[in-house]
Amino acid sequence: MGIELIMIIILIFILLGAIIAVEIKDLLSAVISIGVVGFGISIAFLFLQAPDLAIVQIAVETVLLVLLIRATIRRDIKSTHSHINWAGLICVVVLCLGLIGFGYFALQELEFGKPAITRLEEAPSNHYLKQGLTQTGSANIVTSVILDYRAYDTLGEASVLFTAIIGALAILRGIARKKKGGK
Amino acid sequence: MIFPLCFALFVVGLYCALTKRNVIKIVIGLAIMEYAVNLFLVLLGYKKGITLADAQAPIIEPVTNLDDFFMKAVDPLPQALVLTSIVIGLGVTALAIAICIRLYQRYGTFDISEMRRLKG
Repeated sequence: MGIELIMIIILIFILLGAIIAVEIKDLLSAVISIGVVGFGISIAFLFLQAPDLAIVQIAVETVLLVLLIRATIRRDIKSTHSHINWAGLICVVVLCLGLIGFGYFALQELEFGKPAITRLEEAPSNHYLKQGLTQTGSANIVTSVILDYRAYDTLGEASVLFTAIIGALAILRGIARKKKGGK
Repeated sequence: MIFPLCFALFVVGLYCALTKRNVIKIVIGLAIMEYAVNLFLVLLGYKKGITLADAQAPIIEPVTNLDDFFMKAVDPLPQALVLTSIVIGLGVTALAIAICIRLYQRYGTFDISEMRRLKG
Protein backbone atom coordinates (compact mmCIF):
# COMPACT_ATOMS: atom_id res chain seq x y z
CA MET A 1 0.00 0.00 0.00
CA GLY A 2 1.60 3.23 -1.14
CA ILE A 3 1.86 6.40 0.87
CA GLU A 4 -0.61 8.19 -1.42
CA LEU A 5 -3.38 5.70 -0.70
CA ILE A 6 -2.77 5.90 3.05
CA MET A 7 -2.78 9.69 3.00
CA ILE A 8 -5.97 9.84 0.92
CA ILE A 9 -7.77 7.49 3.33
CA ILE A 10 -6.64 9.51 6.37
CA LEU A 11 -7.54 12.80 4.68
CA ILE A 12 -11.04 11.60 3.78
CA PHE A 13 -11.49 10.48 7.39
CA ILE A 14 -10.34 13.91 8.61
CA LEU A 15 -12.65 15.66 6.13
CA LEU A 16 -15.65 13.64 7.36
CA GLY A 17 -14.80 14.56 10.96
CA ALA A 18 -14.47 18.24 10.02
CA ILE A 19 -17.79 18.29 8.15
CA ILE A 20 -19.55 16.64 11.09
CA ALA A 21 -17.93 19.11 13.50
CA VAL A 22 -19.14 22.00 11.37
CA GLU A 23 -22.69 20.86 10.72
CA ILE A 24 -23.83 19.09 13.92
CA LYS A 25 -26.16 21.03 16.23
CA ASP A 26 -24.95 19.81 19.60
CA LEU A 27 -21.86 21.70 20.71
CA LEU A 28 -20.36 18.86 22.74
CA SER A 29 -20.55 16.52 19.73
CA ALA A 30 -18.88 19.17 17.60
CA VAL A 31 -16.02 19.38 20.11
CA ILE A 32 -15.58 15.60 20.06
CA SER A 33 -15.52 15.67 16.25
CA ILE A 34 -12.76 18.29 16.28
CA GLY A 35 -10.85 15.74 18.33
CA VAL A 36 -11.23 13.31 15.41
CA VAL A 37 -9.62 15.91 13.13
CA GLY A 38 -6.70 16.60 15.47
CA PHE A 39 -5.83 13.00 16.24
CA GLY A 40 -6.24 12.04 12.56
CA ILE A 41 -3.68 14.70 11.70
CA SER A 42 -1.41 13.23 14.35
CA ILE A 43 -1.61 9.83 12.60
CA ALA A 44 -0.90 11.53 9.28
CA PHE A 45 2.25 13.09 10.77
CA LEU A 46 3.39 9.65 11.87
CA PHE A 47 3.04 8.31 8.32
CA LEU A 48 4.83 11.38 6.94
CA GLN A 49 7.91 10.52 9.06
CA ALA A 50 7.45 13.37 11.54
CA PRO A 51 7.32 11.68 14.96
CA ASP A 52 8.11 14.87 16.89
CA LEU A 53 5.14 16.60 15.33
CA ALA A 54 2.87 13.65 16.11
CA ILE A 55 3.78 13.77 19.80
CA VAL A 56 3.29 17.55 20.02
CA GLN A 57 0.01 17.31 18.11
CA ILE A 58 -1.38 14.72 20.53
CA ALA A 59 -0.45 16.85 23.56
CA VAL A 60 -1.85 20.05 22.02
CA GLU A 61 -5.05 18.34 20.90
CA THR A 62 -5.69 16.94 24.37
CA VAL A 63 -5.26 20.36 25.99
CA LEU A 64 -7.47 21.94 23.33
CA LEU A 65 -10.25 19.38 23.89
CA VAL A 66 -10.15 20.00 27.64
CA LEU A 67 -10.39 23.76 27.08
CA LEU A 68 -13.26 23.44 24.58
CA ILE A 69 -15.21 21.08 26.82
CA ARG A 70 -14.66 23.48 29.72
CA ALA A 71 -16.15 26.21 27.57
CA THR A 72 -19.18 24.27 26.32
CA ILE A 73 -20.25 21.89 29.07
CA ARG A 74 -23.63 22.66 30.65
CA ARG A 75 -24.04 25.72 28.48
CA ASP A 76 -26.26 26.73 25.62
CA ILE A 77 -27.36 23.27 24.57
CA LYS A 78 -30.22 24.75 22.59
CA SER A 79 -29.14 25.46 19.08
CA THR A 80 -29.15 29.01 17.85
CA HIS A 81 -32.38 30.05 16.22
CA SER A 82 -32.53 29.46 12.57
CA HIS A 83 -33.45 32.35 10.38
CA ILE A 84 -30.78 32.04 7.77
CA ASN A 85 -29.43 34.92 5.74
CA TRP A 86 -29.74 33.21 2.37
CA ALA A 87 -27.94 35.87 0.33
CA GLY A 88 -24.88 35.74 2.59
CA LEU A 89 -24.92 31.96 2.66
CA ILE A 90 -25.01 31.74 -1.14
CA CYS A 91 -22.15 34.25 -1.39
CA VAL A 92 -20.03 32.20 1.03
CA VAL A 93 -20.77 28.92 -0.76
CA VAL A 94 -19.86 30.44 -4.13
CA LEU A 95 -16.65 31.83 -2.62
CA CYS A 96 -15.73 28.44 -1.17
CA LEU A 97 -16.45 26.62 -4.45
CA GLY A 98 -14.34 29.17 -6.29
CA LEU A 99 -11.51 28.62 -3.84
CA ILE A 100 -11.74 24.86 -4.34
CA GLY A 101 -11.55 25.30 -8.12
CA PHE A 102 -8.61 27.66 -7.79
CA GLY A 103 -6.83 25.25 -5.48
CA TYR A 104 -7.47 22.31 -7.79
CA PHE A 105 -5.77 24.01 -10.69
CA ALA A 106 -3.06 25.74 -8.68
CA LEU A 107 -1.96 22.60 -6.86
CA GLN A 108 -1.73 20.52 -10.03
CA GLU A 109 1.82 21.78 -10.51
CA LEU A 110 3.04 20.51 -7.17
CA GLU A 111 4.03 16.90 -7.13
CA PHE A 112 3.69 14.93 -3.92
CA GLY A 113 6.88 13.20 -2.78
CA LYS A 114 9.35 15.48 -4.55
CA PRO A 115 10.25 18.32 -2.16
CA ALA A 116 12.27 21.35 -3.18
CA ILE A 117 15.42 20.00 -1.54
CA THR A 118 15.75 17.33 -4.23
CA ARG A 119 15.83 20.01 -6.96
CA LEU A 120 17.85 22.74 -5.23
CA GLU A 121 21.26 21.57 -4.18
CA GLU A 122 22.00 24.69 -2.09
CA ALA A 123 18.75 24.60 -0.10
CA PRO A 124 19.30 25.13 3.64
CA SER A 125 17.68 21.80 4.50
CA ASN A 126 20.42 19.95 2.62
CA HIS A 127 23.00 21.79 4.70
CA TYR A 128 21.15 20.84 7.89
CA LEU A 129 20.91 17.19 6.86
CA LYS A 130 24.60 16.98 5.92
CA GLN A 131 26.20 19.07 8.64
CA GLY A 132 23.67 18.90 11.46
CA LEU A 133 25.27 16.07 13.36
CA THR A 134 28.81 17.43 13.26
CA GLN A 135 27.92 21.09 13.81
CA THR A 136 25.40 20.77 16.62
CA GLY A 137 25.88 17.26 18.00
CA SER A 138 22.17 16.52 17.91
CA ALA A 139 21.10 13.20 16.41
CA ASN A 140 17.65 14.60 15.70
CA ILE A 141 17.94 17.13 12.89
CA VAL A 142 14.61 18.75 13.80
CA THR A 143 15.98 19.45 17.27
CA SER A 144 19.14 20.95 15.85
CA VAL A 145 17.08 23.25 13.61
CA ILE A 146 14.79 24.35 16.45
CA LEU A 147 17.35 24.83 19.18
CA ASP A 148 20.46 25.79 17.23
CA TYR A 149 20.09 26.98 13.62
CA ARG A 150 16.81 28.80 14.18
CA ALA A 151 16.81 29.34 17.92
CA TYR A 152 15.51 32.90 17.55
CA ASP A 153 12.32 31.45 16.06
CA THR A 154 11.89 29.41 19.21
CA LEU A 155 12.49 32.50 21.33
CA GLY A 156 9.76 34.32 19.38
CA GLU A 157 7.45 31.34 19.76
CA ALA A 158 7.96 31.38 23.53
CA SER A 159 7.19 35.08 23.72
CA VAL A 160 4.04 34.69 21.57
CA LEU A 161 2.88 31.84 23.80
CA PHE A 162 3.61 33.89 26.91
CA THR A 163 1.65 36.85 25.55
CA ALA A 164 -1.33 34.66 24.64
CA ILE A 165 -1.44 33.08 28.10
CA ILE A 166 -1.15 36.52 29.76
CA GLY A 167 -4.02 37.74 27.59
CA ALA A 168 -6.19 34.73 28.43
CA LEU A 169 -5.53 35.20 32.14
CA ALA A 170 -6.33 38.91 31.93
CA ILE A 171 -9.61 38.16 30.15
CA LEU A 172 -10.66 35.33 32.44
CA ARG A 173 -9.80 37.12 35.66
CA GLY A 174 -12.81 38.44 37.56
CA ILE A 175 -13.75 42.06 37.83
CA ALA A 176 -10.68 44.16 38.44
CA ARG A 177 -10.06 45.65 41.83
CA LYS A 178 -12.12 48.75 42.47
CA LYS A 179 -10.29 52.01 42.71
CA LYS A 180 -9.81 53.60 46.08
CA GLY A 181 -12.25 56.40 46.83
CA GLY A 182 -10.19 59.55 46.35
CA LYS A 183 -8.73 58.82 42.93
CA MET B 1 -5.37 14.26 -5.23
CA ILE B 2 -3.70 14.75 -1.84
CA PHE B 3 -3.06 18.49 -2.02
CA PRO B 4 -6.62 19.29 -3.21
CA LEU B 5 -8.06 17.23 -0.32
CA CYS B 6 -5.93 19.27 2.08
CA PHE B 7 -7.20 22.43 0.42
CA ALA B 8 -10.78 21.17 0.81
CA LEU B 9 -10.16 20.79 4.55
CA PHE B 10 -9.06 24.43 4.66
CA VAL B 11 -12.21 25.51 2.79
CA VAL B 12 -14.42 23.57 5.23
CA GLY B 13 -12.85 25.55 8.08
CA LEU B 14 -13.27 28.82 6.19
CA TYR B 15 -16.95 28.06 5.52
CA CYS B 16 -17.48 27.28 9.22
CA ALA B 17 -15.81 30.50 10.37
CA LEU B 18 -17.76 32.65 7.90
CA THR B 19 -21.31 31.30 8.24
CA LYS B 20 -21.87 30.01 11.76
CA ARG B 21 -23.43 32.22 14.43
CA ASN B 22 -22.11 30.30 17.42
CA VAL B 23 -18.79 31.63 18.66
CA ILE B 24 -17.59 28.15 19.63
CA LYS B 25 -18.24 27.03 16.04
CA ILE B 26 -16.19 29.96 14.77
CA VAL B 27 -13.28 28.91 17.00
CA ILE B 28 -13.64 25.35 15.66
CA GLY B 29 -13.45 26.70 12.09
CA LEU B 30 -10.26 28.59 12.90
CA ALA B 31 -8.74 25.45 14.41
CA ILE B 32 -9.62 23.40 11.30
CA MET B 33 -7.95 25.97 9.03
CA GLU B 34 -4.84 25.89 11.18
CA TYR B 35 -4.66 22.09 11.04
CA ALA B 36 -5.04 22.13 7.26
CA VAL B 37 -2.16 24.57 6.78
CA ASN B 38 0.10 22.61 9.14
CA LEU B 39 -0.63 19.35 7.34
CA PHE B 40 -0.03 20.98 3.95
CA LEU B 41 3.40 22.24 4.95
CA VAL B 42 4.47 18.84 6.22
CA LEU B 43 3.12 17.18 3.06
CA LEU B 44 5.32 19.51 0.98
CA GLY B 45 8.47 18.24 2.67
CA TYR B 46 7.87 14.53 2.22
CA LYS B 47 10.43 12.69 0.11
CA LYS B 48 8.99 9.60 -1.53
CA GLY B 49 11.01 6.46 -2.14
CA ILE B 50 10.22 3.20 -3.91
CA THR B 51 8.56 1.61 -0.91
CA LEU B 52 7.06 3.00 2.28
CA ALA B 53 10.24 2.32 4.27
CA ASP B 54 12.41 4.34 1.89
CA ALA B 55 11.43 7.61 3.49
CA GLN B 56 13.14 8.20 6.77
CA ALA B 57 12.53 10.57 9.66
CA PRO B 58 15.41 13.06 10.10
CA ILE B 59 16.81 11.23 13.11
CA ILE B 60 20.29 9.69 13.00
CA GLU B 61 20.69 6.38 14.80
CA PRO B 62 24.03 4.72 15.59
CA VAL B 63 23.51 2.17 12.80
CA THR B 64 22.59 4.76 10.17
CA ASN B 65 24.71 5.08 7.05
CA LEU B 66 25.12 8.84 6.61
CA ASP B 67 25.13 8.96 2.79
CA ASP B 68 22.07 6.74 2.73
CA PHE B 69 20.47 8.98 5.35
CA PHE B 70 21.03 12.07 3.22
CA MET B 71 19.29 10.45 0.27
CA LYS B 72 16.31 9.16 2.25
CA ALA B 73 15.57 11.67 5.03
CA VAL B 74 12.56 13.94 4.64
CA ASP B 75 12.91 17.72 4.80
CA PRO B 76 13.51 18.77 8.44
CA LEU B 77 12.85 22.49 7.99
CA PRO B 78 9.03 22.38 7.51
CA GLN B 79 8.80 20.03 10.47
CA ALA B 80 10.67 22.45 12.73
CA LEU B 81 8.58 25.43 11.65
CA VAL B 82 5.29 23.51 11.90
CA LEU B 83 6.28 22.47 15.42
CA THR B 84 6.43 26.17 16.29
CA SER B 85 3.17 26.80 14.48
CA ILE B 86 1.26 24.07 16.37
CA VAL B 87 2.24 25.49 19.75
CA ILE B 88 1.39 29.06 18.73
CA GLY B 89 -1.96 27.79 17.40
CA LEU B 90 -2.73 26.35 20.83
CA GLY B 91 -2.01 29.73 22.46
CA VAL B 92 -4.22 31.60 19.99
CA THR B 93 -7.07 29.12 20.35
CA ALA B 94 -6.85 29.27 24.14
CA LEU B 95 -7.11 33.06 23.97
CA ALA B 96 -10.17 32.81 21.68
CA ILE B 97 -11.84 30.32 24.04
CA ALA B 98 -11.19 32.65 26.98
CA ILE B 99 -12.94 35.43 25.06
CA CYS B 100 -15.87 33.03 24.37
CA ILE B 101 -16.22 32.19 28.07
CA ARG B 102 -16.17 35.89 28.96
CA LEU B 103 -18.82 36.65 26.32
CA TYR B 104 -21.04 33.91 27.71
CA GLN B 105 -20.73 35.35 31.21
CA ARG B 106 -21.62 38.81 29.91
CA TYR B 107 -24.50 38.00 27.56
CA GLY B 108 -25.71 34.53 28.59
CA THR B 109 -25.51 33.14 25.06
CA PHE B 110 -23.03 32.01 22.41
CA ASP B 111 -25.11 33.47 19.56
CA ILE B 112 -23.30 36.39 17.95
CA SER B 113 -26.52 37.86 16.54
CA GLU B 114 -27.87 38.36 20.08
CA MET B 115 -24.85 40.27 21.37
CA ARG B 116 -26.33 43.62 20.49
CA ARG B 117 -24.31 45.75 22.81
CA LEU B 118 -21.14 45.02 20.89
CA LYS B 119 -22.39 47.35 18.18
CA GLY B 120 -21.12 50.89 18.29
